[in-house]
Amino acid sequence: MTLFDFLQRLLGRQKPSGTLAKERLQLVLAHDRSDLNPELLEQMRREILEVVQRYVEIDLEEGDVSLETEDRVTALVANLPIKRARPLPALVAAAAAVGMAEAPDGEPAPQELAVPLASEPTEDPAAADRD
Amino acid sequence: MDAVTSAPARIILICSGKGGVGKTTLTANLGIALARLGERTVVLDADFGLRNLDLLLGLENRIIYTAQEVLAETCRLEQALVKHKQEPNLALLPAGNPRMLEWLTPEDMQRIVAMVAERADYVLIDCPAGIEDGFKNAAAAAREAIVITTPEVSAVRDADRVIGLLNTRGVAPVQLVLNRVRPKMMASQEMLGVDDVTDILALPLVGLVVEDEQVIVSTNRGEPLTLNGNGSPAAKAYQNIARRLRGEDVPLEDPSKARRGLRARLMNKIRKTTGLF
Repeated sequence: MTLFDFLQRLLGRQKPSGTLAKERLQLVLAHDRSDLNPELLEQMRREILEVVQRYVEIDLEEGDVSLETEDRVTALVANLPIKRARPLPALVAAAAAVGMAEAPDGEPAPQELAVPLASEPTEDPAAADRD
Repeated sequence: MDAVTSAPARIILICSGKGGVGKTTLTANLGIALARLGERTVVLDADFGLRNLDLLLGLENRIIYTAQEVLAETCRLEQALVKHKQEPNLALLPAGNPRMLEWLTPEDMQRIVAMVAERADYVLIDCPAGIEDGFKNAAAAAREAIVITTPEVSAVRDADRVIGLLNTRGVAPVQLVLNRVRPKMMASQEMLGVDDVTDILALPLVGLVVEDEQVIVSTNRGEPLTLNGNGSPAAKAYQNIARRLRGEDVPLEDPSKARRGLRARLMNKIRKTTGLF
């Protein structure tokens, strides 16, 4: 470790490389395990945001849809800070667009939803055939 | 050989995905260690394109036949099994030779392993690197597996792929060996820690092997570290893996967290907070 690295770390500006390695691995393994390439994930992210935006105004800068993994279980985690709910007429229109009878409540929705992906190879017979 | 076989042989695949992380060294040392504990052990080199297990065991000049000839019935199994001189409980069987034209199929592997298992307590299959045909062949006959990796991003990623494939094949249990551990670097968090790797891969740890120059010396000589009762850290680690496989309760200690007295602990603390030394 150079003196520069040491100072950076002392000042809390730089993470130790082992920690960085773990974070990078967790991210890349989440993708490996789910078989979703970055383009597909980006497309899914855009579509999710599009749907959510019909109902509520979200902060696109802060919005984040990503894959996280723990104990060999991969989850799709969406963290979408909500600015405000859409006015009622817009909501009705949105509901009609997706074929719903009633407009949902105008209250802000829960901000985080975690959907476990059934991507673990053990549970996917199709994956076994691909080997 | 014993006529009465009590329990069916343990058939263990030793694999890693990435090359050069220590599969063959582990197979050789574990084979010798198990044999020394009285287990009849056969090590099968499933990497016939680039076979090296013979070299690490010092048996490179004694191979005449391979599994291929046994399967073709041009020789008997006894003729193909190369017994280790100093450790007669251990025998080596190469799957094939690098010049052979037709490669073995997964069915061939199952047949040869079944034959070998009749006369052994442990069959260790040294898997080739990669996740293609070589891996599939080697894995076809395995009941359980040891995945070996090092605390590096590429090795851990590849190990994860292999673990996924083993899971789909129903190979169980799958246990983990973490090789080339550098306690100092781990303590200063400049290397993935033991817990990091076990968390990410979600496998039980069966062994930790610290980086040890003696491993290179022993491969130069063709004498695995576990052969001559060498007390080096890696030799002890391999012996402990053998004992754990047999069901002995041998505690695993994270060398980067080892308590070695106040001064060492203090230094560890300093190292951790500052990254110095």
